[in-house]
Amino acid sequence: MTAPDNAARTGPVVRLTGVTKEYPGGVVALRGVDLTIGRGELVAIVGPSGSGKSTLLHIVGTLDQPTAGSVTIAGHDAAGLGDRGLSALRAQHIGFVFQAFHLVPGMSAQANVAEGLLYSGLPRAERRRRAVETLERVGLGDRLNHRPHELSGGQKQRVAIARAVVGEPDLLLADEPTGALDSASGEAVVELIHELNEEGATIAVITHDAEIADRLPRQVRIRDGNIVQDTAHDQGHAGTHGPGPGPGPGHSHSHGPVPSEAR
Amino acid sequence: MRRRGSVLKPARLTPLDILHTGMAGMRNRPMRVVLSALGIAIGIATMISVVGISASSKENLLRELDKLGTNMLVVTPGTDLVTQKEVPMAKDAAGRVARIDGVEHVGATGLLNHTVRRSEKIDDMITGGISVQSATEDLLITLRGGMRSGTWLNAATGKYPSVVLGDVAARRLGITEPGQRVYIDDEYFTVLGILDELPLAPEIARSALVGWEVGQTRLGFDGRPTTIYERSADDRVEPVHSLIPRTVDPQTPHNVEVTDPSSGLQAKAAAEGAFSNLLLGLGGVALLVGGVGVANTMIISVLERRYEIGLRRSIGATRGQIRGQFVTESLLLSGLGGLVGILLGAAVTGGYAISNGIPWVIPPWTIGGGFGATLVIGTLAGLYPAVRASHLSPTLALHAT
Ligand SMILES: Nc1ncnc2c1ncn2[C@@H]1O[C@H](COP(=O)(O)OP(=O)(O)OP(=O)(O)O)[C@@H](O)[C@H]1O
Ligand SMILES: [Mg+2]
Repeated sequence: MTAPDNAARTGPVVRLTGVTKEYPGGVVALRGVDLTIGRGELVAIVGPSGSGKSTLLHIVGTLDQPTAGSVTIAGHDAAGLGDRGLSALRAQHIGFVFQAFHLVPGMSAQANVAEGLLYSGLPRAERRRRAVETLERVGLGDRLNHRPHELSGGQKQRVAIARAVVGEPDLLLADEPTGALDSASGEAVVELIHELNEEGATIAVITHDAEIADRLPRQVRIRDGNIVQDTAHDQGHAGTHGPGPGPGPGHSHSHGPVPSEAR
Repeated sequence: MRRRGSVLKPARLTPLDILHTGMAGMRNRPMRVVLSALGIAIGIATMISVVGISASSKENLLRELDKLGTNMLVVTPGTDLVTQKEVPMAKDAAGRVARIDGVEHVGATGLLNHTVRRSEKIDDMITGGISVQSATEDLLITLRGGMRSGTWLNAATGKYPSVVLGDVAARRLGITEPGQRVYIDDEYFTVLGILDELPLAPEIARSALVGWEVGQTRLGFDGRPTTIYERSADDRVEPVHSLIPRTVDPQTPHNVEVTDPSSGLQAKAAAEGAFSNLLLGLGGVALLVGGVGVANTMIISVLERRYEIGLRRSIGATRGQIRGQFVTESLLLSGLGGLVGILLGAAVTGGYAISNGIPWVIPPWTIGGGFGATLVIGTLAGLYPAVRASHLSPTLALHAT
C-alpha cells in the first residue's frame, strides 16, 4: 500500500451500476443503485435500519450477487467470475470487518490475523510474520498470544481489523465495526480506520453513529434501497478522488452542508 | 507482490494448512472428539481382537504342530472283512517297518490283559481307564516324548518289574514321583518315571508301560505288537504311508490300518483361521454406528460454525476449500478412532495371548484393512455435512449474532 504502488493503479476500486437486489420472497433491498468509490477514499454508508446498507456491502464484497446491474471490483467484473474466481477476488482484493468480530475462539490473536492470509498462497512463516507486523500496526504488539476471550471488545475488533488488512486489500469493508463497542473503544477503532485510510487504504464503513459518519470525508445515505444522498456528488467530484495520500485528516465538521438530514 | 489484471485464481492450500483447518473445530471440543471417535474405536477394536485372537490361536497350534511334527504314522491291526475280527500283527512287524526307506524311528506297544492298581486291596475290576502295555525302548524317541520326572525304560530296567506311567495314568493312580509302587497282576512294580503330556498319543498318556521283556516273562505277553509308531523324514511321509501295509502284512495288506495322529490338529489349525463371523459382524455394526456418530458430530459442527464458515468465505476460501476442511475434520475424527481402536484391539489380543500363554499375532492386513475402513467411513460421514457447509450462503453466515 505504498504511494508508488498506488500511483500505478488506475480506475475506481468499486463501480456499481444499476444494482438491484431482490431477496427470494419479494423484498427488494436495493433499487438500481449506482456507486463509485475511488482509490484511497473513506466512505460512510448511513441510513435507517432495513434500508439496505448490509445488502449493499455484501454485494460490493462479492459475498452476494445482485439480481440486476453490474459490479466491478478492482477492475474485475464480478458477474463473469465463478465461485473460485470470486473467492480469489476476496482473498486478494477485499477485507471485511464485522460488528461481531468473528474471531476464531481458542486461536491466538496472531493466529487469527494470520488466518486472514490463509487463502492467499503465502507460506506459513510469512503469514505469521505479517500477522505480527499488522498487530503491531494496530497497537496490539503486546497481545500476540492472547486468545479472543482474553481481549477486550475494542481489542478484539482491532484484531479483526488487522485480519482484514493483513493482506493489504484494495478495499476494506466494515459493517458497523463500533456497533458492539463502548464509546471509548469505538473511538479507538474509528481512529485506527482513519489512520489506515491516511496510509492509503480504500475503506467503506456502515455506521449508525451520526457523529462518526460526519467525521468521514464522504457520506452515502441510503433509504429504502435507494441512495438518497452522496456527498461526493454534492461536491462535484463523483468518485474520482485522486491517488496518493488520503483526502485530508479526519475531522471534517466544517466540511460541506452535510448534517441537516442526519438522524 | 500482487499481479494485477491477471486471471483470478484461488491459491492452493498446503497439506499442512488443510490439516490445520481440519483441526480448527476439534481443538475447542476435546470431549466431543473423544465421544464421537469412541464408536469407531470400539468397532475397530472388536474386529482387530476377533481376528487377532483367532490368528494367535492358530499360530499357537501351528507352532505346537511344528514341535510335535507331522511326520509320525501309527500302525494298528485292521478288522478282517470276512471274519470281522482284528488280525494281530506279526512279531517282527516293527522291524519290517524300520527297514522301509526313509523311516527314522520305530516304537511299538503291546496291550496286556491286566489292570494296574495302587495296591492289592483295590478290586482288579477297577481299571480307571488305564491300560497296561509293553513298550519298546525306542517308543519315547519316536513319540518325541519327554519325562516329567524319573527315567524311561532301558535295556536293564526293562527286565525287572518296573513301570513308566503316562501323565494321565499317574494322576489317576495318585502317583506323584518315581519310587512309588503300583500293583500289576499279583506283583508290585516300582515306578521309574512319569511321562510329559503326549498330544499326539493320548492312549500312551493313559497307559502304564513296562519293558518288552518283562511283559513276556512276567505278564504273559505274546510279543505281537498291537500298535506301531513310526517317524520318517518329512518328505517321505507319503511313500512310507503307502508302503506300510504291504510291508507289515504282504498277504492281506488291507488288514493293516495306518493313521496320521497330527491330522486332527492340522484340521483344527485350519479351522481357527476362519474367525468367528458373529463377532466380526458385531464389530461391523459397531463401526457403522461409529460412522453415524461421526456424521452426526460433523452436522452439528457445521451448524455451530456458520460464522466461521462465512468468515472463511469472506477471506477467500472457495467452496472446495470449505468442503475439504470438513472432510478433513471428519477423517481426523474417524482416523483417531481407528488408531485408538487398533491399539485397543492389539492390547486385547495381547492380554488374551499372555493370559493363555499363546503367541501374540496380529495379521498386518487387519491393521491396514481396519485403518482403510475408518478412512472410508470418515469420508462418507463427512461428505454430506461438508457439502452443506460449502453451500451455506456467506452472508447468512455473517449476520450478526
Ligand atoms: N437474506 C435475506 N432474505 C430476505 N430478506 C432479507 C435478507 N437479508 C436482508 N433482507 C431484507 O432486506 C432489507 C435490507 O436489509 P439490510 O440487512 O441490508 O438492512 P440494513 O440497512 O443493513 O439494516 P440494519 O441497519 O438494521 O443492519 C430488509 O428489509 C431485510 O429484511
Ligand atoms: Mg445491517
